[in-house]
Amino acid sequence: MTIKVGSNLERVLESGQFAVTAELGPPKSADPNVVREKARLLAGHVDAVNITDNQTAIVRMSSIGAGLIAMQEGLEPVIQMTCRDRNRIAIQSDLLAASALGLRNLLCLTGDHQRFGNHPQSKNVFDLDSIQLVQMVRNMRDEKKFQCGEDMPVSPQLFVGAAENPFGDPFEYRAIRLGKKIAAGAEFIQTQMIYNVEKFARWMEMVRALGLHKKAYILAGVGPIKTAGAARYMRDKVPGMDVPDAIVDRMAGAPKGGAKAEGLKVCVDIINAVKQIEGVAGVHIMAIEWEEAVPELVAQAGLAPRPKLAEPVGAAQQG
Amino acid sequence: MIIADQKPLAEIRQITSRFQKLLVVGCQECVTVCFAGGAKEVAVLSSALRMAEQIDGNPKEIVEFTSVRQCDPEYVLDLADKIAKVDAVLSMACGVGVQTVAEHFPNTFVLPALNTTSMGRNTGPGVWVETCAGCGNCILAETGAICPVARCSKSLLNGPCGGSHKGLCEISDDVPCAWAQIYERMSRLEMLATMEQIAPPKDWSTARDGGPRKRVREDLQL
Amino acid sequence: MEPQVVAFCCHYCAFAAADLAGTMRLTYPANVKIIRVPCTGKADMLYLLRAFEDGADAVFVAGCLEGNCHYLEGNLRAKKRVQYLKKLLDEVGVGGERLEMFNMSAAMAQRFAEAANEMTERALRLGPSPLRKRELVEVKAQ
Repeated sequence: MTIKVGSNLERVLESGQFAVTAELGPPKSADPNVVREKARLLAGHVDAVNITDNQTAIVRMSSIGAGLIAMQEGLEPVIQMTCRDRNRIAIQSDLLAASALGLRNLLCLTGDHQRFGNHPQSKNVFDLDSIQLVQMVRNMRDEKKFQCGEDMPVSPQLFVGAAENPFGDPFEYRAIRLGKKIAAGAEFIQTQMIYNVEKFARWMEMVRALGLHKKAYILAGVGPIKTAGAARYMRDKVPGMDVPDAIVDRMAGAPKGGAKAEGLKVCVDIINAVKQIEGVAGVHIMAIEWEEAVPELVAQAGLAPRPKLAEPVGAAQQG
Repeated sequence: MIIADQKPLAEIRQITSRFQKLLVVGCQECVTVCFAGGAKEVAVLSSALRMAEQIDGNPKEIVEFTSVRQCDPEYVLDLADKIAKVDAVLSMACGVGVQTVAEHFPNTFVLPALNTTSMGRNTGPGVWVETCAGCGNCILAETGAICPVARCSKSLLNGPCGGSHKGLCEISDDVPCAWAQIYERMSRLEMLATMEQIAPPKDWSTARDGGPRKRVREDLQL
Repeated sequence: MEPQVVAFCCHYCAFAAADLAGTMRLTYPANVKIIRVPCTGKADMLYLLRAFEDGADAVFVAGCLEGNCHYLEGNLRAKKRVQYLKKLLDEVGVGGERLEMFNMSAAMAQRFAEAANEMTERALRLGPSPLRKRELVEVKAQ
């Protein structure tokens, strides 16, 4: 696959090296320093960082805004865009700005229903779904056309990704749906957090059978667990999550005060396991509200130091 | 048909509080079928109102009636004699009926007793679910006659989102995942290849987003 | 003034039980007015509401034991209606406690007497229905 946009993430993946991305949750406030602190924890330890977009329908500083701040700290952001809050007019408009500001990676998502968030009475949009969004962005970039067909002189330069849940239902359909996202133009894929490595391996078999691993870079999602309670909660209460009892037992069996350390070990083991699976091009580490764990995880998994193949556009503009 | 729920009694009392003589008028069509505003419901609500208002010392006089339909002028105009004798009309029809009565009796207070919700079907005794969103551009031919616009919480057009689990929607275990149902139907009909095609962004201008819709058959206009 | 209690009794069980109670000389208050219906499933919500509108202080519906309804499900429909109306009567201000459902076989005369006694006791304890404004005095059964 040839380089289209030139982001650090794209270059690392294209070079064949195992990529590492992480996540940064913007604050529920207008405080840029929260973003700066989190960005400083992560800069240099990962290839790019997803900046979430009103995750779980809870209002937070926007992904593009927080992404710009993170970029000024030397981090390369992956902007996230959901279909829940914006129609095609707002999405295209925001993406033009994102590109103009130097942001170069985009993850296209459907978005959690607003019922889960802190504004359940809001109207939702869903003018587009995530597959139509991927297609629209690729057309903007490569055909230089708006969704309505009109031309644009300078198109947004974005490396386009999508998410997939290997553990969703119906299981047989999941690889086909991934195929649709890739056919629509997704260039990289980040999966939902993996705890059931065996089931993920089966999903990858289906993915490989369709040749999808050769058409897009697949990054396996992982997430360190802090406590046995959290493990149980994810197993029992979160739809679409598959947490085997063995993992819960490991967390429960940790010595007092040693839960976090065990959680990191579990995560490292999963990273090492998925690295062995053919077709997995990297990991996406989701250490929610535990960003400080990321550098240690990356190091323990033998993935440090990270290559630096492109300067973030924003950093060059700083003095 | 159109599905509606009764407003809570407290809200109905608050809406009608300044009127002493009421015409409570139901409708024999959709709201009868979903047991929200038919003749029986008119009688039960009227009884409840009479008792509640008497207990609070503001006795109300209530006239009860059920129209054939409240969305056609010919049946609504028939209410004229009854409306002339009351202070306000409490309509137990859907939102369409309430507005039709108001349109033909513009000097009368016409109040809704129901919260109209959707176009839907009966799935079992006492259960009605939203089925059609009135998008104005029907895609049921491509989805095995299961509508994702109405029955998918996010109106997705290219398959389920990541929140679909065990055939259920992420918003509630009461809501089936429409795409799981479509997948199952399309498998049975051996039409899965259709699901692999990318459905383009929907033209929402034919839906309510484009403005209130109007249908005209010119051959019927003299 | 004695409490007004109205009882909707199904022909096959509760009414027979009431009859038997009389034959056995079991005491239950004389102010309980019995209305015989073929099945409690026939006891429309409106019959129950009208009873209250007309001044009843308490109303009960008495049918066959669940599973033994002569018309199979009539007593289950009555049960649901009574549950619905109890909530409505609370909202209206009459009080859902004034309405109840009882189940009995034709042989359970004692159960009928208990139901009649209980509802009369409730009518006395709760006072006259707010739709009436008179004092109540208990009248002993004859």
